[in-house]
Amino acid sequence: MFEPKIVAFFCNWCTYTAADLAGVSRMKYSPNVRIIRVMCSGRIDPELIVKAFEKGADGVIIGGCHPGDCHYQNGNHKTLRRYKLLKGLVEQFDIEWERLRLEWISASEGEKVQRVSNEFTEQIRVLGPIQMKGGRVVHG
Amino acid sequence: MAEKPTVAFYWCASCGGCEEAVVDVAHGILDIVNAVNIGFWPVALDFKKGDVEDVPDGFYAATFINGAIRNSEQEEMVKLLRKKSGLVFALGACAHLGGIPSLANLTSKEEILEYVYRRSPSTENAQNTYPAKVYRDAAIKLELPEFFDRVYPLNQIIDVDYYIPGCAPPSELVADVFMKILKGELPKKGAVLSPNKSLCSSCFLNDTKPEKLLIKELKRPHLTVIDPDKCFLLQGLVCMGPATRTGCNERCIHGGMPCRGCFGPLDGVLDQGLSMLSALGSILDFTPEQEKELDGVIGKIGDPAGTFYRFSLGASIFYRQDGKRGGE
Repeated sequence: MFEPKIVAFFCNWCTYTAADLAGVSRMKYSPNVRIIRVMCSGRIDPELIVKAFEKGADGVIIGGCHPGDCHYQNGNHKTLRRYKLLKGLVEQFDIEWERLRLEWISASEGEKVQRVSNEFTEQIRVLGPIQMKGGRVVHG
Repeated sequence: MAEKPTVAFYWCASCGGCEEAVVDVAHGILDIVNAVNIGFWPVALDFKKGDVEDVPDGFYAATFINGAIRNSEQEEMVKLLRKKSGLVFALGACAHLGGIPSLANLTSKEEILEYVYRRSPSTENAQNTYPAKVYRDAAIKLELPEFFDRVYPLNQIIDVDYYIPGCAPPSELVADVFMKILKGELPKKGAVLSPNKSLCSSCFLNDTKPEKLLIKELKRPHLTVIDPDKCFLLQGLVCMGPATRTGCNERCIHGGMPCRGCFGPLDGVLDQGLSMLSALGSILDFTPEQEKELDGVIGKIGDPAGTFYRFSLGASIFYRQDGKRGGE
């Protein structure tokens, strides 16, 4: 069975804390998800996301605070805008936009981390390995 | 008199504008010609490939290559020139980042050839001529250069020492680079020979940009009456200034048009298009409750890749695996 590699950028204040909660509560969830903690979802440069794809991630999850809860007031507003812009762009490069997912998960929603991770892993498993046009070997 | 150094010029997939930028050095070109020998310049003087093959390795002190790499003939020539040259300069946006020709990377080789040779409304091709690498008939066998399925910036094919950005590079910049070479003032290898600052930082409209730039709509230049005295981003036009290197003397802004990004990204930026996308995400003034309006505005960017990567698609990280940077 195809085991997708998934990179998850979780914000320090809400989603990462929720993942911690899932952990200490011993909730089991898909081990395909590799979590990277960032201070705010608003600091996730689109470059980091595409770089994750380029390095072989089959899917990327962005986790941030619910609107209104951002530790930095409106970092997650920027996340949403960049996410929407990026979705339009990745499609032009023949990457399914479903490989990119944004979720608002608060610090108390450990079970949402579990659910989203499992759901997303299954979704990417169905999509199969990522194909990037750039995967071709450079001449010479 | 000491021996004059020899320089070479070559062009690949490009429009000829970069050659024009060299010629446009005008009076200054005489100073350059006094200081160097031109050893190879097919666009202006009669040279053949054999002339390059005949010189010893490293013979050309500096070689200026403009244009992206689209086919195997160009690949062969630049590899040959690399061997015969001390320094290789990527001249102009196409050699630097892929340029306009690299927008073709969004379309497959088969689609391009099919359209050009069969389907375009102006095609008359009764004999069904179609490019092939090898052509045979009873008497002859011909081999033609192979059309690659992608357009490559120069540094994905050969090692490049310096980059002269721009579409086309301003002739003052070209003259300046010549002087730097002659005086031995070149920076460390891999540098883009233009200041490492964004266009906004030197733009004369920067003063009209408010402290906190926020916009509610996006407009397209050809459908808008543009106020030439006000920051274009503030007017809702996608001006690539925040994500583009300066050094062009704001040619387009002076002409009343937003920046299109031909000088490429700043040092340390992996991908110019994503850098601009990120900047735009910061200034679009919509909250999550206004998601519908946001979708509507984003939908107005008809061609995101063509807008954000007009000159840098070939160098985008969507297409590369080696992790090399635009200017490194």
